[in-house]
Amino acid sequence: MTEKFDAIVVGAGMAGNAAALTMAKRGLKVLQLERGEYPGSKNVQGAILYANAVEKLIPEFREDAPLERHLVEQRFWMMDDASHTGLHYRSEDFNEERPNRYTIIRSQFDRWFSRHVQEAGALVLCETTVLELLKDTKGRVIGVRTDRRDGDVFADVVVLAEGVNGLLGTRAGLRERPARENVALAVKEMHFLPRETIEARFNLKGDEGAVIEAAGTISRGMAGMGFIYTNRESISIGIGCIVSDLAKTGHAPYELLEAFKRHPSVAPLIEGSEVKEYAAHLIPEGGYKAIPQLFGDGWLVAGDAAQLNNAIHREGSNLALASGQMAGEAVAELKGRGLEPTAKNLEIYKTRLVDSYVMQDLKKYKDMPALLHASSQNFFLTYPQLVSKAMQNFLRVDGTPKVEKEKRTLRSVFAARSITGLLGDAVRMARAWR
Amino acid sequence: MTTEPDVRVEDKLYQNRYRVDSGRSHIKVTPHETPSPELLALVKLCPARCYELNGKGQVEVAHDGCMECGTCRVLAEGKGDITWTYPRGGYGVLFKFG
Repeated sequence: MTEKFDAIVVGAGMAGNAAALTMAKRGLKVLQLERGEYPGSKNVQGAILYANAVEKLIPEFREDAPLERHLVEQRFWMMDDASHTGLHYRSEDFNEERPNRYTIIRSQFDRWFSRHVQEAGALVLCETTVLELLKDTKGRVIGVRTDRRDGDVFADVVVLAEGVNGLLGTRAGLRERPARENVALAVKEMHFLPRETIEARFNLKGDEGAVIEAAGTISRGMAGMGFIYTNRESISIGIGCIVSDLAKTGHAPYELLEAFKRHPSVAPLIEGSEVKEYAAHLIPEGGYKAIPQLFGDGWLVAGDAAQLNNAIHREGSNLALASGQMAGEAVAELKGRGLEPTAKNLEIYKTRLVDSYVMQDLKKYKDMPALLHASSQNFFLTYPQLVSKAMQNFLRVDGTPKVEKEKRTLRSVFAARSITGLLGDAVRMARAWR
Repeated sequence: MTTEPDVRVEDKLYQNRYRVDSGRSHIKVTPHETPSPELLALVKLCPARCYELNGKGQVEVAHDGCMECGTCRVLAEGKGDITWTYPRGGYGVLFKFG
């Protein structure tokens, strides 16, 4: 392959597809490389899609995108071994004409997305692994080496959308391998059930969907979360914990998943289901402070490869879409102005990110990952147990005077955590949230 | 929930779709006498249980069930305990749902 492209996009996930589509629509000559058999075959997500980020790329996506359910209800669960204390939010407002959040199945969604990329004029090559970046003598990225025969391809700029485990950037010395404290390992299963069963169990009608995000003793004191998402005819259920915590404690991820599935609050929701897939994936959890260099001479990085994930709001796919789009816009803008994609000129990509919610949100929570991680025993074990105890004490009617009950609750709180510890956590949490 | 259930990971992986690149493992464990703490951790941590201890107490990898999550890379590549590359184009795990 001797022809030269305006841009090569590595990866056909959310960020890569957004970048390739944006550039192809602007008339750039785009080559997109994907190592899987089809776009999506290597991609794993919960998965929730945020309409806002997709609309900016494909305004009419609701007409033919493979969407599962639009979300009308969100449940947050704080769990101990026998209970969960929940916060539910459900609103008829979410049954709007243009719903805000949907569940999706990535392999289906990504294939649909890729069709739009191809229709816009990009050349998409699957089953092609990129082995390394090609640089000129001055260190500027000028193309990629693939595992195809005569596999060197050249372009003015390479957009790295290679995912959380991106090897290329590390190999080329553009960024470090993610630190074990900054990634979570999530395992997930797809549980199939008749749609009526799902709707009855989750109190849904039609294409309404519900989401459960759960934290507590299910992560055994590690920083971690469980999740249950309703699809049309399946339930995605999974759990993720920070890799350094898993390495330290020696918990096997599939054992955590099995225990989560057997929890009395969870088991009835998936009872009788047929499991059709078991998947594992890393999630960037380091937040703002873990974001690597985002651009350089002849290259940009977007999405999970740039560690763009908002762990607090569980937003990742939208940040991937937005960053991919901004990367594409930056490249197209330079091309339009006849400017070289040097590091200096490509800084407009970062400026766009900084001016948007992508960086602003991540910056807002810059201290949160470290706080939750450092105090994971308190936030994921002690406090959930205390809340459960307090709720049970409040609800169980056994002839004890209420004043005595309240005293008992307070005593159990202070026995588990000193007042300075409690206040300290509250202050640190408030600061990190600011 | 204090007793961990006995989980058969092989049964879970059986549901998945793979195109295995036989004889070409994309992960290699560096030959060693005694495994590092990181290698030992992988025996428990790898979600596909690709890592096992052999009779001599050394850690071995079998890549067939690998879901390419990269956890072992994050943990053990830095100090040279393993080398990790992507499988050849089209090979490896092929998620039906993802």
